[in-house]
This record gives sequence, C-alpha cells and structure tokens, in this order.
Amino acid sequence: MAERRTALYRLGPVLAVALLAGPLLCGLAGTVLPAFGYLPALGGRTLSLDPFRQLLAEPGLARGAVLALTTGLAATALSVAVIFLFVAGWAGTRLFSRIVHLVSPLLAVPHAAAAFGLVFLAAPSGFIARLISPELTGWERPPDLLIVNDPAGLAMSAGLAAKEIPFLMLIALAALPQIEVTRTLAIAASAGYGRMAGFLLALWPRLYRQIRLAVFAVLAFGTSVVDVGVILGPTAPPPLAVQVTRLMQDPDLSMRFTASAGALLQLAVTGLALLAWLGLEHVGAMLRRQMGDRGRRFRRDAPLRLAGLGAIALTALVTFAGLGLLALWSVAGQWPFPDALPASLSLDSWASAASRIGQPLWSSLSVGLAATATALAVTVLCLANETETGRRTGTGAALLIYLPLIVPQAGFLFGLQLLFLVAGLGNGWPALVLSHLVFVLPYVFLSLADPWRALDRRYEAVAAGLGKGRLAALTRVRLPMLTGALATAAAVGFAVSVGLYLPTLLVAAGRIETVTTEAVALAAGGNRRVIGVYAFLQLALPAAGFAIATAVPALLFRQRRALRGGASSQGR
Amino acid sequence: MPRYFAAALLAAFLFSLPARAAEPDPSRWDAVLAEARGQTVYFNAWGGSEAINAYLDWAAGELARRHGIKLVQVKVDDTANAVGRVVAEKAAGKDSGGSVDLIWINGENFAAMKKQDLLFSPGWAEKLPNFAYVDAAEKPTVRTDFTVPVGGLESPWGMAKLVFFYDEARTPAATLPRSAKALLDWAKANPGRFTYPQPPDFTGSSFLKQVLVELAEDPSVLARPVQGATFQATARPLFDYLDALNPLMWRGGKAFPQNYPAMKQLLADKEIDIAFAFNPAEASSAIAAGELPDSVRSFVFPAGTLANTHFVAIPYNAAAKAAALVTADFLLSPEAQARKQDPKVWGDPTVLSIARLDAADRARFDALELGVATLPPAALGPALAEPDASWMERIETEWKRRYGAAN
Amino acid sequence: MTDGGLQLDQVTIALGGKTLLTVSACVAAGEVLTVMGQSGAGKSSLLAYIGGFLDPAFRASGKVFAGGVELTALPPEDRHAGILFQDPLLFPHLSVAGNLAFAIPPRIAGRAARRAHADAALQRVGLEGLGDRDPDTLSGGQKARVALARVMLSEPRALLLDEPFAKLDRALKEQMRALVFSQARRASLPLLLVTHDEADAAAAGGAIVSIGD
Repeated sequence: MAERRTALYRLGPVLAVALLAGPLLCGLAGTVLPAFGYLPALGGRTLSLDPFRQLLAEPGLARGAVLALTTGLAATALSVAVIFLFVAGWAGTRLFSRIVHLVSPLLAVPHAAAAFGLVFLAAPSGFIARLISPELTGWERPPDLLIVNDPAGLAMSAGLAAKEIPFLMLIALAALPQIEVTRTLAIAASAGYGRMAGFLLALWPRLYRQIRLAVFAVLAFGTSVVDVGVILGPTAPPPLAVQVTRLMQDPDLSMRFTASAGALLQLAVTGLALLAWLGLEHVGAMLRRQMGDRGRRFRRDAPLRLAGLGAIALTALVTFAGLGLLALWSVAGQWPFPDALPASLSLDSWASAASRIGQPLWSSLSVGLAATATALAVTVLCLANETETGRRTGTGAALLIYLPLIVPQAGFLFGLQLLFLVAGLGNGWPALVLSHLVFVLPYVFLSLADPWRALDRRYEAVAAGLGKGRLAALTRVRLPMLTGALATAAAVGFAVSVGLYLPTLLVAAGRIETVTTEAVALAAGGNRRVIGVYAFLQLALPAAGFAIATAVPALLFRQRRALRGGASSQGR
Repeated sequence: MPRYFAAALLAAFLFSLPARAAEPDPSRWDAVLAEARGQTVYFNAWGGSEAINAYLDWAAGELARRHGIKLVQVKVDDTANAVGRVVAEKAAGKDSGGSVDLIWINGENFAAMKKQDLLFSPGWAEKLPNFAYVDAAEKPTVRTDFTVPVGGLESPWGMAKLVFFYDEARTPAATLPRSAKALLDWAKANPGRFTYPQPPDFTGSSFLKQVLVELAEDPSVLARPVQGATFQATARPLFDYLDALNPLMWRGGKAFPQNYPAMKQLLADKEIDIAFAFNPAEASSAIAAGELPDSVRSFVFPAGTLANTHFVAIPYNAAAKAAALVTADFLLSPEAQARKQDPKVWGDPTVLSIARLDAADRARFDALELGVATLPPAALGPALAEPDASWMERIETEWKRRYGAAN
Repeated sequence: MTDGGLQLDQVTIALGGKTLLTVSACVAAGEVLTVMGQSGAGKSSLLAYIGGFLDPAFRASGKVFAGGVELTALPPEDRHAGILFQDPLLFPHLSVAGNLAFAIPPRIAGRAARRAHADAALQRVGLEGLGDRDPDTLSGGQKARVALARVMLSEPRALLLDEPFAKLDRALKEQMRALVFSQARRASLPLLLVTHDEADAAAAGGAIVSIGD
C-alpha cells in the first residue's frame, strides 16, 4: 500500500518535468534551429550565422535591447523599493492589513487592462488633464506633451511597477508569518532602532530570500513584456520584445530566421538583466552591512514610512482610477476634450459585445479551469513527494519551474506550435490546455510551495501516531489545513490562464477565441469604448476567481478562527 | 521523451502522406456547391473593427441558410499571423487539413504567400460565377495587387482609396492642404497637429507611398522592382520631405500612433487636425459609431491619391476549399457587396461594376446613403497606382533606420 | 520485561557521519523513562525514529519493540506510537470533538458512538461540554488537555513525550504532568519522556538516561 502511494506521488515530478520541459525544450529547439538558419520548410537547410548578421543590421536593435534592460530593471527596482518601504514601515499594523485588502484584488487585473487604464488616466488627453482643463491650464485641446510612450520608457516602467507591486506584495505577505515580524521588531526597538532600520537590518534579508525568485520572475517579465511595451513603451524604437514580435509577424517569411535570432538575443538580454540584478543585490547587501556596522539607529523615519504608504496608496489609486475610466469609456457616447465627463452615455458597445462574447467567455473559463485543475493536481503530487522523501526540489528542478516565467514567450512559442502540429495534437482544446499548463503550473507551484512547506510537519507526525496513513494525513489534515492556500493558488493559476495571449493565439491557431484574444484583437482597433468593454470582461473572470478563493475558506471555516483571516494568509 | 517525440513525428508524417483528396474545380460549380455543404470555413480576417465583425456575422448567417456552410471568423490582429500559421503547417508537413481556409489579404502578404507557393492554385478567382460583375476595366487593381499579377490566386473583396479627414468645426476647409507639398507648409503653420501611423503600419506606409509617388521625379520606375542604384535617387525627395515634416508633427515626431484607429482617436481628442484612412467611407462610419464628431468631413488631393484592392485567398492546404470558394463567391455577390458599401454597416466600396448589374441589384446600390462625410465617387479624384511591393519594403526599412531607431 | 513494555535495542542515530546517540533501554508498562539532553542532542530525533517520521537526512539503526511487536518493521500509521509535542498541534480545521474523533479507531463505528466516545474522553481530562468549540478559542491548558485526550483515544502502544510541558506556566505544568502520568499509568502504557528540564525528570520519577554528553 505504502509503496503504491509513494509511486503515485513520484509521478508528480515526472509529470511536472514532462509538462514543463517537454514543450519548453522542443519549443526552444524550434527557435534555436531557425536562429542558426535551419528551417527546411522555409528553405533553410544549412546552419549559418546569417540570421544574427541580419538581426544586428536591424535599425534600433541596440537601443531596443538597452530599453528592455533599463525598463525591466527600473520597474523591478521600483517595485522592490515600494514593497520594502511599505512592509518595513507598516507590517503588523492595522493599516497594513487594510491596505493589503485594498491592494490584493489588483493581482487579478490583466497587464493590458492596467496599462490601458493608465493611458486613459495620464495621457495628455486623459482624465487628469480633462479634470483640470480648461479652468486651471487654459488647455482647450490636449497639450502636445510626450507623457506616455516616452523615449526613455518611464511610463512603461511605471505601468509595469504598478502591476508588479501587488504581485510582490502578496508573495511577501505569504512570507511574513515565517519571519516573526512583531517580536523581531520589538527586539530591534528595544535596542533603540527606528522601525525601518530595525526591519532592514533584522528582517529584510530573511524576507527578501523568500520573495527572491518572484523578483526574478518580475525582472524577466519586465525585460520581455510585449503588450505593456506596445501600449506604454517607446515607439521609435520600441523595446526589444516588441521588435522581436514584429519580426515574427513580418510578412516576409524569411524574417522568421531573423526573428528567431532575435528571440535568442531577448533570452540573452533577460539573462544579462538577471546578472545585473545579482550585482545590485550584492551592492545592497554591502550597504546594509555597512549601515549595521555603524550602528546608527535612524529613529526619525516617519517621512520614509509615509513615502511607503503614499507609494502603495498611489499604486492602488492609479490602477483603480484606470479601471474606473475603462468602465466609463465603455458606456461613453461623445466625450470630447476637455470635458471631464462624457456628454452622453450609451450601452451600444456592450450590446454589440454581448452578442459575441458567449463563446470566448466559455473558452476562457473551460481552458482556465482545466489547466488550473491539472496544475493543482500535479503540484500537490510534487509537493507530497517532496514531503515524503524529505528532499526539497533541487536547484535544477526549481530552475525548470521558473524557466517558463523567465524564457521570453515569443522565444519558444513558434517552436511549440510546430511541435503540437507534428505530434498530431493539432490546434484543438487539449493542445491549448497543455500550452496554458506551461505557464499556469509554475505560478500554481510558486503560490502553493511556501505555505505547503511552512505547514508544521509535526501535524502529520501526530496523524501517523494516531494511526492514520499517509494518504489520510494528506487528505484529512494537510489539504484541509491548506484550503486557503489551495484556493489562492487556483485563483492565481486561473488568472494566469485567462490573461495568456500569445500562447492562445499561436497554439489554438485562432480557432479557440478567449476573452483575452478578443480584447487584444479589438484593442488593435484602438476604439476606447470597445477596449473598455473587453478589458473589463477580461478583468471580470480572474476577479471572480479571487473572490471565490477568498469566500470559500471564509465560509468553510467561519467557525475556525485560526483558518479565517483571508485566503492569502492561510495554512500558517 | 525524445523517443516519444520521434514516434509522434513519424506518425504525423505517415498519416499526412496519402491524405491528399481531389481538389474542387470552380468551373464545375454545382459540384463545388455540393461538396461545400456541411463544411466549416475558418476565415482569418483582421478583427479590430466591430463593424466588420458584425458584417461577417451576417455573412455567416446567410451562408448557413443558403449553402449549409458554417463560416467562422478567426479574428487576427495582424494578417501576417495567419500567414505564419500556414508557414508553420507547411514546416510540419501538414499539406492538407490546414487550419486556415480563407484569408483576408493583399499587398506584401499576398506577394509573400504567392512567392512561397502557399496559395491554392491554379487560379480560381475569375472562374467564380459572380466574378462576371467585377469591374476590371475601371478598377485595374483587382487584377494587379501592388503590381503583383493576381493570376486568380485571390478574389477581390473591396476597394480602398486614401482619403483625408478634418473637423470643419475647428479647421476651415479653405486652409486645407491640397498636395503633399502643401501639407508640409500647413504643418509649418500648425506645428504638432499632424501625424501618421508608424510604418510598417499599413496606413502609415501608405502615406509614405503617397508622398513618394507625388514627389518622385520619374514615377514610372516605381512600377518595377527596386534597383539598388535607383532607390537613393528616387526616394531622396521623400526622405528630404520627412526630414522637414517629422519635427513639425505631433510629439515632435518622437512618438507615433501605432495604427489608423489610434490616429482617429487623436483626431477625436483634438490632438491632431488632419487624419487619413484607406477607405472613403471611414469618416462617415466613425461618425455613425459615435467615435468622431459629426462635423468631420473628407478631402482628397486633386492630383490623385493612392488606391488599391483587398482580396480573399485560400491557402494551399485549406481543409474546406469548396466551402471557401463558395464563401468567396458569396462575398462578391451584388447583395453582399451592396450591404458592405452601406456606411451604416461597414462602408467598404464595391469591386463590382454597377453598370453590369441588373436593375434590382443596381437599386440596392442606388439606395445607399453614403453619409455626410463621404465624398461621392466623382469627387474622389484620380487613383494613383501602388508602387511595386519591393519599394514599400525598402522605404519601411529606410524609414526605420532614419526615424525609428533613435529618438 | 513485561509484555506491554517498550524496548529500545541499540538505537543509533547519526547525522552527516556524526553519531548523535546510541540508546538501549526498557520501559515497563505504566513506567516512565526520561531521556535527558541539551537541545540539539538528538532527543527529538529519537522520538521521530520510534514514531517512524525521522527526517531522511538522518541515518538510524536499531530495533524498537512495543507490546512484543517490532515497531521499526511497521509503517508509521501501524506503530500506534502516540506522541505529544510541546505544542498541542490541534487540527485547526476541526472542532474539538472532530480532533478527538480523528483519533478514535475505526472499530468504534457510527456517528453517535464515536461522539459519545469523544465526549467521555473530554470528561476524563476535565473538559466536558467543550466538544463543539473551535480549538483556537481554547486556553493553552485546555488545548494541552485536548491533545492528551486525543492521543489516548488512539489506543497507543506507548506514549512518547517531546518536552510536552515546556511551554506551560508553572501551575499548569504541574497539573499537566500529574494528568499525563496518571492517565498513562491507568492505561498501563510505557512512557518515554525527553526533556532538558530536571523538574520534569524528577516529577516522572522513573529511570533517567542522559545523551549527548
């Protein structure tokens, strides 16, 4: 019996490797080979460096690569700084949990929707300018100011940070209970340290270790993001990932070779950004140690604490205001500048969307649920196997799990599309679920792994001592205790699946439309009303997922004080 | 894992070999209609316009009712994605049962697919029953797509002509430029009030070609593929022009709208004063949709603006070729063409010759209200021919090198 | 040695090539053996080895018998080695009665019968009527008693105590010691106590083995 169960658990890592590494490596091969000139269908039968030569001759390539580096690093540094200021300044206070409740839902906002919201808010023709014009500014028409799409990528960095701060915040939140904030801060305070300094010296290294891989994922995402780059990034030239995607879509098919080489360059740039970040980590740690060695107490840190609070509140405010503007535009009639509000309201955009949205909604829902359920099952098997054997997932396996989050999507999707065709999986629903799994599984694993490992293993020892087998300990003790974490992981996985654009487009060959492919296709039309409708629908599905993830544990355990307290802090 | 992959590869090749069935022949139309019944056509068409999507919904209903065909619009944000899909299928050896049955196409994408033998051949378009109504005499671009001979490999669907818009509530008609040169002077007088979508966007590249054709000393070289030596000389006036124009544009030419709809939004927001589109009815449609104020009007350059035709094509490996043929024929029917030209529906000009239609069908076109912002056909001015597709490619590359690489 | 006793035969535990402890000992039913040692000496590992949940990082050998059965030959769930940690470790998702029912052997079938069994166990530790409570709302002493009642309900072959009184205040500590020892004696269970607290050892009154010196 015991042997068979162990065998079942052992299936977990095998499945995870097959589901992640299979598509990834084959997809990468499908990228690497054309990058070196090999793709017989397009007449490339010999290996050569020509694609790289052509790539390097692309105008704006170097600047695009630099932009990818700078925007990615800036967005990541900004996100981490805000998280530090806020957590260090406020963790353990009542205000902290209030703000956390306010910011958590932002995790469900798809990147594209958040970016559009920012444009509607901050562009020269946006809501802020309308609000103060013409009374304060004298502007009868929008000023000719380069606020979004600025050449330095500032708007893009800000937009990325606004979306990554909630993500890092939730990861940090999950790690906080393991580092005993209140007691440690009390000790630091008794030694005379200010709150921020005490946190930095005593707690930040431990907290950062817990959120580090998530920070890497944020950095990799920031250096390779396409949709945010298109909406907020510079346009002449655009960041590297946008350039590579454009090459991939060039009607001149021989550009596929150049595009594949570009995908490899993107990989290198992302790698370089990670190296640079490692360097920054070292510098940061050195500065922290020096500060510790000097022993100064920094007791007057109120301005810094307020800055942290302000930054996080601004993030929430900007994103919520952007979403509100999306909603307002979706029902706006004529809305000329500088009117602060539309002259008339109309449900036309909703009515015309309503007749067509049923099928995409159903696809998003069914694919998302199937991918999430599979990912959850595989993750539980993996982690159960880890508990069983006492071996933590090794560095190799951890890297594998992070690979889909770090390898730029465009890099392996073209190859993946080839693989599915050759394997006879075609472009149907199962192929789509499989391709979504590549991205859903890592996030589900990341969401669940920490709470899983943090659960006191003595509970299972107690269960064994009480005569319960491993399966009973899993199903009757561990899984129920982790209900909240499981629900959160499922909601995260579902949100990732709903938001996936490129995999859906390429693998389903456009035959299966999801809310997101519809939204981006219509966003190409630039109609703010239609963007408003679809961005809102795109937001509704993951938001519903997170609402359920919060409500289910709260309802199931409404009599159990230790398990209430919100979906994200479960299983501690 | 590798062994598994090899087995799957082998299986895919084995199964794909004998699957080639007899191809439908459009000259035996009854057989095509019979074969088409029950098939599903996956029509890959740009999905960025709700008006066009709604029109295709209507077409799907009619095709289901009349011919038992299920038409599914696969909404792509860039036609090149659909082309790429056919490429991937060819790479995987999937020479039949492909995922794309019909594709909305012209220009570069057509040239690329034709060059790579990715299209259903031999030529079938002129054998469609409704091709008899097509106006090949007055509209030569239905047979020559950006100087590439069509050869029946794609069926004409609609006409396009470059038309400019302005808002008469804030820009007096008398001040409008009437040529590319005049536009530059206008931009000097009104800095920051003009822009064009960033090439290689289709509309933006079309503006470059308009200027190229107007300013080229010898426009005849543009009909032939680019020769290395002639490019610099022929294109110099265009780039001298852009060197002068770009700094006078919206955002000082440091940022560009990414496509036509984004430029339209700038006009609506009063950020710019002049916009343009490749469809004479576009302004009226936008007014009807509430996207532009009803004071927007159209104008053209009296010496002529660029014109071309857009088509539908069938990939060589399409799964439902018969039904794709019937769909292409239906889209050419006077009824479908008249509905398409209605600005309340879409407003895309017909490829048919009104004179060849019978009285009932002619009445459909006569009944159309073109809309306040649409110029009547007689006022659209001469049509300038598209340069050879190779010019567009060179110009886009040069544009990117000059203006797209460093801010 | 008596039939109900606990016997450790050359139990050796090593970590990374370093032997932490080697113990051979017998505990008769109703008797107590106290294992003393500083933290890090491997006391908890000894209990983990007996219970069958020793971290695979450790190397361990030797046999453990309880009631004439070789525990080390059985999977953990069949060893019936009841263990009490310094934390009560009540399952937070179950009610107090649910925690107790979890431990009741399957031979007592039927909802009513199991509930009656659980209520009786609560009464024995002086907590009658608290069956429907959320364990998180109990006081520290109450939680410790529920944990004791739970482990006794599972009808263990031996009772293993891992510093069970360390987190209780002085008055409670004495109360709990008395309660645990009397319950174990009444059920004729061999009791293995690991601690670094001399007072625990003194209160237990049985033999003392020191490790890690």
